[in-house]
Amino acid sequence: MPSYGSQTPILEARGITKRFPGVIANQDVSLSISPGQIVGLLGENGAGKSTLVKMIYGLYEPDEGEIYIKGSPVKLSGPRDAIRRGIGMVHQHFQLVPVFTVAENIILGDEPHRSIFINMKKATQEVARLSEQFGLEVDVNAKVEDLPVGAKQRVEILKALYRHADLLIMDEPTAVLTPQETDELLQVMRGFADNGVAVIFITHKLREVLAVADTIEVLRGGKVVGTTTPGETDQAGLAQMMVGRSVLLTVDKAPATPGDVVLDVQGLSAATDLGLPAVRDVNLQVRAGEIVGIAGVEGNGQRELVEALTGLRHCTADRMTVAGKNTLGQSPHAIHAMGVGHVPEDREKDGLVGPYSIADNMVLNRFDEPPFSSKGVRSRSAVNTLATDLVQEYDVRTPSISTTAESLSGGNKQKVVIARELSANPELLIASQPTRGVDVGSIEFIHSRIVDARDRGAAVLLVSAELDEVLGLADRVVVMYDGRLVAEMASADVDRSSIGRLMAGGDIQQ
Amino acid sequence: MSVTDPAQTDLGFSDPNPARAGRWSRAQAIAVPLVSVLLAFAIGGVLIWLQGVNPLYAYWVLFQNALGSSEGLLRVMEKSTPLILTGLAVTVGLRTGLFNIGAQGQLLVGAIGAAWAGYNFQLPALVHIPFAIVFGMLCGAAWASIAGALRAYRSVSEVITTIMLNAVAIALVDYLASRPLKEEGQPITRTPLIAETAALPDIGIVPVGFLIALMVAIFFGWFLTRTTQGFRFNTVGMNPSAANYAGIGVRKTIFLAMAVSGALAGMGGAVETLGITGRFEPTFNAGLGFDGITIALLARANPIATIPAALLVGTLRSGAATLQFETGIEPEVVDVILALTLLFVAAPIVSRLLFRKRAQKQTSVSSGWGGA
Amino acid sequence: MRARYAITLTIGILSCIVVAFVMDETRTVSVLSFSLRYAVPLILAAMVGIICERSGIINIGIEGQMLMSAFAGFFGAAITGNLILGTMLGVGTGMIMGAFLATGAVAWKMDQIIAGTIINILATGLTSFFYSQGYVLPAITPTLRIPGLADIPLIGPVLFDNGLFTYAAILTALVLWVLLFKTIWGLRTRAVGEMPGSADTSGVNVQRMRFINVTLAGGLAGLAGAYLSIEAASNFDRGMTAGRGFTALAIMIFGAWNPIGALGAALFFGLANGLASQLQADEVIDIPQQFISMLPYVLTIVLLAIVSGRVKPPAAVGKPYEKE
Repeated sequence: MPSYGSQTPILEARGITKRFPGVIANQDVSLSISPGQIVGLLGENGAGKSTLVKMIYGLYEPDEGEIYIKGSPVKLSGPRDAIRRGIGMVHQHFQLVPVFTVAENIILGDEPHRSIFINMKKATQEVARLSEQFGLEVDVNAKVEDLPVGAKQRVEILKALYRHADLLIMDEPTAVLTPQETDELLQVMRGFADNGVAVIFITHKLREVLAVADTIEVLRGGKVVGTTTPGETDQAGLAQMMVGRSVLLTVDKAPATPGDVVLDVQGLSAATDLGLPAVRDVNLQVRAGEIVGIAGVEGNGQRELVEALTGLRHCTADRMTVAGKNTLGQSPHAIHAMGVGHVPEDREKDGLVGPYSIADNMVLNRFDEPPFSSKGVRSRSAVNTLATDLVQEYDVRTPSISTTAESLSGGNKQKVVIARELSANPELLIASQPTRGVDVGSIEFIHSRIVDARDRGAAVLLVSAELDEVLGLADRVVVMYDGRLVAEMASADVDRSSIGRLMAGGDIQQ
Repeated sequence: MSVTDPAQTDLGFSDPNPARAGRWSRAQAIAVPLVSVLLAFAIGGVLIWLQGVNPLYAYWVLFQNALGSSEGLLRVMEKSTPLILTGLAVTVGLRTGLFNIGAQGQLLVGAIGAAWAGYNFQLPALVHIPFAIVFGMLCGAAWASIAGALRAYRSVSEVITTIMLNAVAIALVDYLASRPLKEEGQPITRTPLIAETAALPDIGIVPVGFLIALMVAIFFGWFLTRTTQGFRFNTVGMNPSAANYAGIGVRKTIFLAMAVSGALAGMGGAVETLGITGRFEPTFNAGLGFDGITIALLARANPIATIPAALLVGTLRSGAATLQFETGIEPEVVDVILALTLLFVAAPIVSRLLFRKRAQKQTSVSSGWGGA
Repeated sequence: MRARYAITLTIGILSCIVVAFVMDETRTVSVLSFSLRYAVPLILAAMVGIICERSGIINIGIEGQMLMSAFAGFFGAAITGNLILGTMLGVGTGMIMGAFLATGAVAWKMDQIIAGTIINILATGLTSFFYSQGYVLPAITPTLRIPGLADIPLIGPVLFDNGLFTYAAILTALVLWVLLFKTIWGLRTRAVGEMPGSADTSGVNVQRMRFINVTLAGGLAGLAGAYLSIEAASNFDRGMTAGRGFTALAIMIFGAWNPIGALGAALFFGLANGLASQLQADEVIDIPQQFISMLPYVLTIVLLAIVSGRVKPPAAVGKPYEKE
């Protein structure tokens, strides 16, 4: 490992503090990165990682403290300023123009030209050169929207490298990759170091950061609670620093006692919005009193599967029933009336109406049922009673039930959705990414409520891109890859590397 | 941009001044339109002054004529009746996320439909009047449904189609009134007079049509806030994805909302024919469609508020003729004043001026621009 | 796939034209010339729409821009006695209104449809209010007859013997295509309309680009309006734009937000109208006058119904850009 003390750090942050209304996102954070160094920035949701990095990238300004780039103090006016100084960002949600080609995306804003005309030939040459130098394979003339996720990420990276980034900030880059693609990416990252490019690697996955980082900074509660190296610690040690407890986020639950089959699906197929196959001939059964977790990297058909099951997407199947009642071809309303609760993946878009009050959101999918309405007229008192009860029961932090849903924090918004769905006592609960963007305290709460529902006899289908969440909550685990369910096992029997292979399309056997 | 929430300690809400649904907006809902109107009058006053007339005198003539006598008041109410109804038409559309610019065409179609129902049948008054009104409403609804179906089922923006349909309607009713439905024996393009039994009764103080319009406005105020179907309209307007998830048939709701919107505009035309003109003549009622938009935006898509907004516009329009007579100022000055009012209401200038950062999110209909 | 339909359709139409030419030379040329002239304001207005929407801004105020510019152009030319000055006044008026839309959409983040509607209502009101009778143009717009080319049978008299505005319209479409797909400005404009966030982090000033594009596009709307009153009608009538600004939007969509596509669509539209008018004048078909006047509007609706859902607008159109 090269020694860093002699070189000027590419980036140095001293005493950074950032406050938002009601919360201190970063407190007195200091950090130093040398050329070619990989720094792993570790922390749970809400620990302050993304806020810190946004300040380095110029999106926010620190309230206190200084940032030094290549030894000089800077006050960044925005991302463009940061880019000019050699800081590049690879976003978690790609900032690429889908209808442009790879080359067009990379050169945007810094186009090789002859007077006003773009010199496309020079552009492709340059991109090819970078691609080769850093080992990032891409088809220069392909349209980005046609590319698989891994390729899109490579384009993001190339974009930053094209602008001569000395420091690359990678924000949860492995969230959308299979374990195999992740390993490839980690290799590429080591290649950056050889080329003198430093990396800030944001993640909450302990395995990865131990595999590739030179230095690991652990954030908790906005503060740096530990600086270490892979040689000095292990997963358990990191977890302890991250969470402040001796154990990872595991769920306390009794073994399941499954009853009758509630969800029975045979031969289910569905397509994406563009008509490509998304769900291929899926067979699935979920019994009362058990949690079945679908593990898999996002984009393998999970979203379409959930939409098909809840009536939001057209599908074909040999059989699709809930407690014996046919749900194939039924409207979302009818399916909901049959006892199916759905916590949608995108709560802002599908699960809540932001400008509506919490009360109205609590009855969003029951507004026309008794007692909330009769003969077409809504009953304010019934709605308010329910809302008041649920807000208390689910500890939704809000001054009143008339507050608009959009003013709540992520965790509380999700609690509203969970409260709504669970209060209808569903026979089948389908929960999709139930703790995405939710703070740690609310995560535990939501997990315990899901387990409660199971213990009260509900069948639960959990879909999550967080493997740990699936392994922690589910009784049975199913892996989804390329539209098919490729394996099924009891969660206790799960071996991580096998699951990883399955998620990438391999077999259990070598 | 990473999705992780910066909040570390969960105080419960990300915004320390969380808005209460509905309640905060009341102050803005009154102040902003009021100030906008005054500003528009001020600028209109400048235009009047440029023509060599004292603006205060001009405005005095305008309002005095309208409000200073019982005939004047009667005329204002008459003028305001179709305005309330077209304002409601646009309002119902806005609530559902639709921009119905076609109220004028729907009104014309409703007017000629009611005229036909009025002169073509002989029925006892108790039946004839509701029949003619309903027929007018159905015509308006059908006309709007063309745009409604295209929007709901083919994602064609209703903005263009309703404007096109306006022009088609003008040509269509002109054709109908000059050939198939034409009054015989006369060279004038118009339909025959309606039967006595179809005419709205005259109760002296207040035009019956105006009363009808008031009742409809109050009904819709209740409908949109307290009924399940109203909830559907609102939810589709606020967030179609969530509406879909909630089990609301989004396409059906959009279609229905356009039809209801058209029915309201059609009722405006019907009431005008049955209550005022007694027949259909193609020169009547130019420009009422646009007034409906101004009224709906002034009223911030609140049905009850369309009443005072419509009365304001009605006063201006009713006084415009006298204004020209007395001062020589063109009646189009009213168009300019109303356009300026709309500008100030819709552009955040006034709200920002008065409320600084707490300016409420403006009405938005652009979400329906899905490629058409 | 779509290109194949377009090509087939174009070949079909061209063949019909050739046949018609052989059958009746004068009438064919006259119909085609009429069609081209009819299409001119539509072409220009569609370019306005394309520039604005490619930048991410919905502009339904093109109608109002054209009307105000027709007014300014005509009265400007009549009062100053100079056609060029009048035209420039028209163009300037279009740009001022474009700047207003830009301010509303970009700076104030208003709903863009409402902003466009305001422009339309203001234009109607102001032009009616300030309208006066008795003004005349100082001269007729000069036509330019390109010698040699204008002698080619069929194409010659139609394409190469026209008023200046006509040439300007066609040139604008071709130039815009090059600008949009081959230059830096074009790449950045399209990025701003598809994914402004990406453009922003790439160093493009999204707001400034949108503002300038929409304002300059207004100049084209001004040209279209000036054409109507100065070259086409040699007069100003209230409401003379007659919905062309909206038809232009349908043409923009039908042309898939591509200048050449829109040029073709506008010509097609012009042809349909020219044909109908000629058939009516020759009394080949007897339809009441009102239905002829309905034709452009009905055609617009039909066009939209066919095409909608099959073409994708720029992804970020209509959404005000908020920096994080």
